[in-house]
Amino acid sequence: MSRNLHSTLLYSAALVALLLAGLMLPQWLLFLLTMAASHGVVGLGLIVMMRGGVVSFGQGLVFAIGGYVAGLAATRYGVTDAVVLVLLGSAAAAIAGAIAGPLLARYRSIFFAMLTLALSMVLYGILVKSSAVGGSDGFNVPRPSLLGFSINETNSDYAFFALSSVIATVLTLLVTIYCRSSRGLLSLAIRDNELRVEYLGTSVRAAMAINFIIAAALGGAGGALTVISLGHIDPNFSYWTRSGEFVFMAILAGHASAPAVFLASLLLELVRSFSNKYFPDTWQLALGLFLLLIILFLPKGVGSLWAKPERLPRQAAEKAKQAAARNATEAAE
Amino acid sequence: MDLALTILIDGAIYASWLFIVALGLTLIFGVLKILNIAHGSFYAIGAYAAASIVGLFAAEKFAPAFSLVALLLAAVAVAVIVGPLLERLLLRRFYGRDEVLLVLVTYALFLILEDVSKLIWGVNPYYVTEPYGLFGDVSLGSLFYVGYDLAIVAVALICGVGVWYGLNRTVLGKIVLAVIHNDEIAASMGINIGKVYLGAFTFGVFLAALGGAFTAPMISVQPGISVGVIIVSFAVVIIGGLGSIGGAAIGALIVGVARSTAVHIWPAAELFSIYLVMAAVLIFRPEGLFQRAVARRI
Repeated sequence: MSRNLHSTLLYSAALVALLLAGLMLPQWLLFLLTMAASHGVVGLGLIVMMRGGVVSFGQGLVFAIGGYVAGLAATRYGVTDAVVLVLLGSAAAAIAGAIAGPLLARYRSIFFAMLTLALSMVLYGILVKSSAVGGSDGFNVPRPSLLGFSINETNSDYAFFALSSVIATVLTLLVTIYCRSSRGLLSLAIRDNELRVEYLGTSVRAAMAINFIIAAALGGAGGALTVISLGHIDPNFSYWTRSGEFVFMAILAGHASAPAVFLASLLLELVRSFSNKYFPDTWQLALGLFLLLIILFLPKGVGSLWAKPERLPRQAAEKAKQAAARNATEAAE
Repeated sequence: MDLALTILIDGAIYASWLFIVALGLTLIFGVLKILNIAHGSFYAIGAYAAASIVGLFAAEKFAPAFSLVALLLAAVAVAVIVGPLLERLLLRRFYGRDEVLLVLVTYALFLILEDVSKLIWGVNPYYVTEPYGLFGDVSLGSLFYVGYDLAIVAVALICGVGVWYGLNRTVLGKIVLAVIHNDEIAASMGINIGKVYLGAFTFGVFLAALGGAFTAPMISVQPGISVGVIIVSFAVVIIGGLGSIGGAAIGALIVGVARSTAVHIWPAAELFSIYLVMAAVLIFRPEGLFQRAVARRI
């Protein structure tokens, strides 16, 4: 438990520092950080899944569900509080995850990726044709209030920044604690060898389904945060290129360290907005080149630069074997 | 009755070019174990190249019949230039890595090619009109079809039979099959795997570009055509089972008929009818219709 306490203190300190620093940052950077935090939360969900060895190419699905539910709650049902909107979006996405998760838990590698992609594109197809929610144009979402305080033109950037930072920090802490729990560690064992985990008496499918639901809840929260800060939503939230960006973010972060995903997310936002500004016609080209360079030179993600690997079963076994061999030869002599 | 026939024929036409593209995708996956998102870009580049070369032929006052040669030439040119370049310079560095990571590599490639083709051909649509009128109109009962659309079906059949024959009845094909089954053992038998990879990738690019070149007269060639194609052809190979030719054919037919059924009966569902079929197939046969389940390794 002391490790978790240590992390809690560390994250709280980082959050306070971030919120103080936010007071001095220019508007454009605040917006960039808000987006990075909101999207990073979705990437966090992917990391939870990646620890179990599967990657979803359809996180746009839960991202869009969270976003649309938050947007509709604000416009149709008069929910005005931002925190409630995020909770609603997250809960709706988690319910969708609880329906799809147990079905998807049977699949691995490329099939899992493609099936999730198909689901997100089904949602995209439905959203584009649904004129009730604005069809392909989407709809605007009014500015919510935050815990009883009204948000206006002058303080909105900082308010959204603070909201997304706090939520992102809390969720990262929860994910870190989950990853250290015995159920969280089970994911790593599943990635190493599923069959052995089953022989040891645990249900791999249940573990995968739970990871999927957690990732869905995180994706929904990210979608809701994004909608609140952008003030607009459209079906592109569920489009496969969006999901591709989330996968890229998670690969860029690596699964060694949960906070790394926010660094990756920020890096992606920076590259995107700068190449948008300086090479407006070829920003995809710049993004693609950046992606390739990362995969070539940092295959385990930026998180691998500072995080210690959680366990090294194979290397440890190797060492033990060498030690045993040495003992044996010594004994023989 | 007419409606059923219309749905079937429309589905077959849609399925035929889709089959050509998906065949390339499944071949590349079979040999290189890469699920290639950039395949849609090769399709788009093929269509653009066809527009350029047909335009060039028209400017030189060649007979309209030569525009078919121009289409073929475009596909060959794209394959010979793009295939070896990408395989040697880029993909070679990633062989044997995690499948999902490879998907991401080709996703990056897709982003790059998307902008590169915009830089070369601009953002305005191209229309390739010359070949479309070559075969006149054909009447089937009470229905009229443009002859060119039906000619595409023939091209798809030729491609399918050709690839099947090449793989199963020639020495070169046996070599490729050996690499598909196990590249390590193939290498130890003296097969130059690097060459097979290069050849298979280039041929896959050729099929994608051929699909693009032959559909260019039926559509307006503009940015964004690659995105639609890639997702649909993914659905095809996933339905049929990755790496299977028969699977790609059946998958293309299923997708084509599903789409044309949606178009004629419930137009709003056009976009996601394909994914619904794919999800349904995957739920009952996760490995696709034409692939045997693999035993899990302990």
